[in-house]
Amino acid sequence: MTLQNGNGHNGNGHNGSGTSNGYKYVGTRPVRPDGVDKVTGRANFGADISLNGMIYGSVVRSPHAHAKIKKINFDKALKLKGVKAVISGKDFPTLKPSDKLPGVAPLSFYDMSRNVIARDKVLYDGHAIAAVAATTQAIADKAAKLIDVEYKILKPVMTAADAMKEKAPLLHDDLFTEGVDPTPKKASNIAKRTELKLGDPEVAMQSADFIVEGDYSTETVHQGYIEPHACAANFAQDGSVSIWASSQGAFMIRAYTARLCGMSTSKIKVIPAEIGGGFGGKTTIYLEPLALMLAKKSGRPVKMTMSRTEVMRATGPTSGGTAHVKIGAKKDGTLVAGTLELKYEAGAFPGSPVALGCMTGFAPYDLKDVACLGWDVVVNRPKAAAYRAPGAPVAAYAVESAMDELAHKLGIDPLTLRRKNSAKEGTKAVYGVEFDRIGNEDCLQAAQKTKHYNTPLGENQGRGVASGFWFNIGGTSSAEVMINEDGTVIVATGSPDIGGSRASMALMAAEVLGVDVSRIKPLVADTESVPYSDLTGGSRVTFATGKAVIDAAEDAIKDMKRRAAKVWKVDFDQVDWENGSAICIENDEIKPMSVADIAQIAGKTGGAISGKANINVTKGAGPGFGTHICDVEVDPETGRVTVLRYTAIQDVGTAIHPSYVEGQLQGGAAQGIGWALNEEYVYSKEGNLLNTGFLDYRVPVASDLPMIDTVLVEVPNAGHPFGVRGVGETPIVPPLGAVANAVSNAIGKRMTSLPMSPAKILQKIDAG
Amino acid sequence: MAELQFAAPETVNQAIKILGGAKGKGRILAGGTDLLVQMRSGRIEPGFIVDVKNIPELTEIKKEKNGYRVGAAVSGARLGEHKSVKKKWPGVVEALELIGSTQIQGRASLGGNLCNGSPAADSVPAMIAAGAICKIAGPKGRRTAKVEDIVTGPGKTSLKKGEFIISFLLPEKPKKSSEAYLRLIPRTEMDIAVVGAGVSLTLDNQGICTKARVALGAVAPKPVLVEEAGLILVGSKLDPDTLEKMASACRAACNPIDDMRGTVEYRTKVAGVLATRATQIAAERVRSGR
Repeated sequence: MTLQNGNGHNGNGHNGSGTSNGYKYVGTRPVRPDGVDKVTGRANFGADISLNGMIYGSVVRSPHAHAKIKKINFDKALKLKGVKAVISGKDFPTLKPSDKLPGVAPLSFYDMSRNVIARDKVLYDGHAIAAVAATTQAIADKAAKLIDVEYKILKPVMTAADAMKEKAPLLHDDLFTEGVDPTPKKASNIAKRTELKLGDPEVAMQSADFIVEGDYSTETVHQGYIEPHACAANFAQDGSVSIWASSQGAFMIRAYTARLCGMSTSKIKVIPAEIGGGFGGKTTIYLEPLALMLAKKSGRPVKMTMSRTEVMRATGPTSGGTAHVKIGAKKDGTLVAGTLELKYEAGAFPGSPVALGCMTGFAPYDLKDVACLGWDVVVNRPKAAAYRAPGAPVAAYAVESAMDELAHKLGIDPLTLRRKNSAKEGTKAVYGVEFDRIGNEDCLQAAQKTKHYNTPLGENQGRGVASGFWFNIGGTSSAEVMINEDGTVIVATGSPDIGGSRASMALMAAEVLGVDVSRIKPLVADTESVPYSDLTGGSRVTFATGKAVIDAAEDAIKDMKRRAAKVWKVDFDQVDWENGSAICIENDEIKPMSVADIAQIAGKTGGAISGKANINVTKGAGPGFGTHICDVEVDPETGRVTVLRYTAIQDVGTAIHPSYVEGQLQGGAAQGIGWALNEEYVYSKEGNLLNTGFLDYRVPVASDLPMIDTVLVEVPNAGHPFGVRGVGETPIVPPLGAVANAVSNAIGKRMTSLPMSPAKILQKIDAG
Repeated sequence: MAELQFAAPETVNQAIKILGGAKGKGRILAGGTDLLVQMRSGRIEPGFIVDVKNIPELTEIKKEKNGYRVGAAVSGARLGEHKSVKKKWPGVVEALELIGSTQIQGRASLGGNLCNGSPAADSVPAMIAAGAICKIAGPKGRRTAKVEDIVTGPGKTSLKKGEFIISFLLPEKPKKSSEAYLRLIPRTEMDIAVVGAGVSLTLDNQGICTKARVALGAVAPKPVLVEEAGLILVGSKLDPDTLEKMASACRAACNPIDDMRGTVEYRTKVAGVLATRATQIAAERVRSGR
C-alpha cells in the first residue's frame, strides 16, 4: 500500500523520471488532452452541432403530474409559418412489456418508450407529450405552445409512503409487484420487493448489548450536470440516420433509439460530442428518438436542446427514499447484527436503485447476520436515472448515521468502531460476494492518521465520519491503437470521457508502448469507427476500456516486432520490446528500432500498423471503499451550516492520473455535500416541480466548499495489469453520512432527514 | 412572431417619449439581470426595451449638498469602488454587492433591484434604512419619493405608466453614523435572501443611540421599514435587553409566506436575529470609525 496526499501535488506534466510506483508514465500528471479546447471554448458539446438545412425542435410537456391524454390538436401549430413537422406518441411503434434488454437489472424499452413520449397517460410534470420542428427555435417554441392537449386530470401520488397505501391511485394498471410469491393479481404502485439475507439477524440481534435503531429520509435530487441534453439528427433519403449527441455511450444511444423507433441498429450512426457532465444521468435517452422522428417527417436535420427547466422536470433525478436501520453490538463494539429496510421512489416507471442500496449499505462491515429489504415504488415524479453509485448514498446515510450513534453510545471513537468491524479480505457481503484484498481498513487507518482528524474543534462545531462502498464493474470495451507515419500514436475507444479517461488511456498506452505520453492522442470514436463498447458507467472505463487499450497496445507491439524481424531477417521470437523499441535478443549489434523507426518504413514491411482489442471483462473489477471526514460549524441562531474542512480518503487501486483521481474524490464529495445540505426537488400540492433552476435547486457553489483534501490509498487491484480500481462512484457514498454526523455532533441532536436546510436544523435545535 | 423593439436614448426626455410611444409594452433595461432572465424564461414578453445606460443622469455618482446622488443604473461593481459612498453608506453598498456573482456585479443596479419589485431584493432594505430618496421621471414631469413607498407588492411598484427612476439621493448623515445589511441564504452567494435586514444608526459621544432605522426584506409582500424597531434603539446603549426588544418588534412586523425558500416560523425568527446582528455591526462601525 502506498499513500499519496493529494494536496502536495500541483505539478503539471510528468518529469520523465518515473514515479514511486515503478512506472514511467502511470502515476504522472500530464495536462489532459481535452483540456485546451475546453478552457478556450473550442470544444464542441451536444448543442454545438450545426448542419446544412438544419431546423429546430421543441417539446410539449405536461403541466400535470398525473392525467389521461384525451386529445392532442395540432391544427393551430401546423398553421404557423415555418413549422415543418409535428409528432406525438402515435408516430412511434407500440412496444410490449416483454420488450426488455436482458441483464441483471433488465431494461424495459416499453417503459423507456413511454417515458420519452407519453402515450395515453402523462405520469409527471414535464412528461413529453408531443414535439414540433420549425425553421427557427422561436417558431418551434411558439408552435409548441399552440399544440392543444386535452387532459383528464388524475390525483397525483408524490411519495413512496403515499404510493404504497392500499387505496393509492395507480400509475399503471399493468404493474404487479415483482419479488412476491405468488405474484399478486392486483396492480400496485410497488414495482418490486428485494430481500437479501446472511445468517439470521433476528436471532443474532438478541445477543446485542446495545441496539441503535432509526428512521431516515431523503428527497429526490438531480445529477446537476452543467450541460443540458442536446442532439441533432439527420434522416437521409436512403433511410440511414446520423445522430450527434452528448452522452455516456454512443452505442447506447444507437441501440435504444433504434429500439424505440423500430429501426435496425445498423441504420443509425451516432457521433459522440464532448460531454459537459453526466454522472449517470446521460446513460439513457430522451431527445434522440424525437429528433429522429421529426427529421424523418420534415426531411430536414433537426436539432433539439433542452432548457435547464426541462432538464430538471423531465430527466435525471435519483430517488428520494426512506430507510429504517437497526444495528446491534456487544459492549466492546463488535457488531452482531444489522437490518435495513429501504423504500425508494422510482419516479413514473419502475427501476429505482433500491436493490443496489440493499447490496451496499452494510458492505463496509463484517457482519455474519444481516438482512436488507428494499421496495421499488412508482410515484408521479420523473423516472429515476442512474446517479453516481446509484442507490448507495441513501443506504449508507442511514447505516453510517446509526454507526455514529452507536459509537457515541459505546463511548468508542467512530473510526475505531468501524475498524473493529471492517470488511476485509474473505468477508462475505450480504449480496453473496467474498471480497478479495480490499482497502477498506487501510482507508480507516489512513483517516485516523490525518491531521484533520486530530485537530480540535471549536464552539458550535462538529465532526462526522462515514464510510462507503461501490462495486465497480468491467464489461465490453474495444480499443484500437494506430501508429502514425511519424511514430505518434492514436488510441481510439468507444468510451465517452466523463472523468478524464482519455488522459488515463494515453498514460496506459504510453506505459505499454514505451512512447512518450505527449506523442499519444486518445479519442472517442463514433459507432462506425470502433467496435461496440458498453456505455461509460459503473466506474468501468479506466479499468475495462483501459484493459482493452493495454491489449491493443500489446497487439500493436506484436505487429511492430514482426516488422522488425522482417527487416532484420530474424525469427519473430528473436525480437523483444524494451523502452519503446524493438531489440534483437541474440544479436546486440543490431541497432534497436524505435516506434518512429518502424513507422517510417511501415509501407515496406506490410502497410500501416495498428493493434486492436475487443474484450468483455467479466471478472477482476476491484471494489472501492472510502472514508470521509467532515467538519462543520452550525450557527445556533439561524441553523445555517458552514463546511469548514473536508477530507476524502479512498482506496483507488493504482492511480493512473492522480490529479483526475483526486478530482473524482473532490467532485463526489461536493455533490454529496450538496445532497446532504441543500439539494431537493420541491413539489407543489398538485405535483408541479417548483424549483426548476439552479437558483432554487441549490447545488453548492465554489465558495460554499472548503478545499476538499484527498488521501489516495493505493491498494493495487490484482485483476488489472496496472492495478486499476474504478474510482468515480465511491466518493459520493460517504458524504451524506459524514455531513449528517458532523451536523448532528455540532448541535448535539441527531439529524434524520435530508437535506439539512437551515430551517430544518433550527427547528431541531429549538425543539429543546 | 411579435416584434421586439429596442432603443438606447441619451436623455431622460427621449426615454420618456419612447416609453410613451410603447403604449405600456415598454420595459426599462438597466443591467438586465432580472429583465433578460424573465424574458428568456418566458415570464414576460415586452414589446419595447429601453436601455437607459446611455443617459448620464442614470449612470453618475455625484456629491450634492445634501448627500450623494447615485444613478439608478450604476452597477454594483462601480458603487463598490466608490470610496466615499462606501465609507458613509456601507450597508447600501454591501447589500448591492451581495447580488449575484462577480459577473452580475458588472451590471446589477440599485434602480433595477428596486423596480423589479421583489420583496427579497437585497439593496432595498438597506436603502430604506439609509432613508434614500428616489428621483422619478415620467410623462407628467419629475417627482421624488421615499424608497419605502415604491414597492407595493411582489413584482408591483407605485410607479405610474411611463415613469422610471433616474437616481437615488443618499441623504447626508450626522457624524458617528453607520449602517449594515445582512441576509440569510443557505449558500454563500448566487442566492435569494430568505431574510434580509438593514440597519442605519447614529450614536452620540456616550454611545447612546440618537437615530435608528431598521428595515427588513423577504418577510412581507414588500420590503418593510420597522419604525418601532428604530424607536426602541433610540435612547439606548444597544444593550442586550434593548436589542431583544428591537428583535421582537422586527418579528412582530413580519408577515411572510411559507415557500421553498423558508417557512413563516423560520423567517420570523431569523428576522430578529439578523436585525440584532446588523445593529451590532453598524454600532461597531461607528465605534471603530470604519
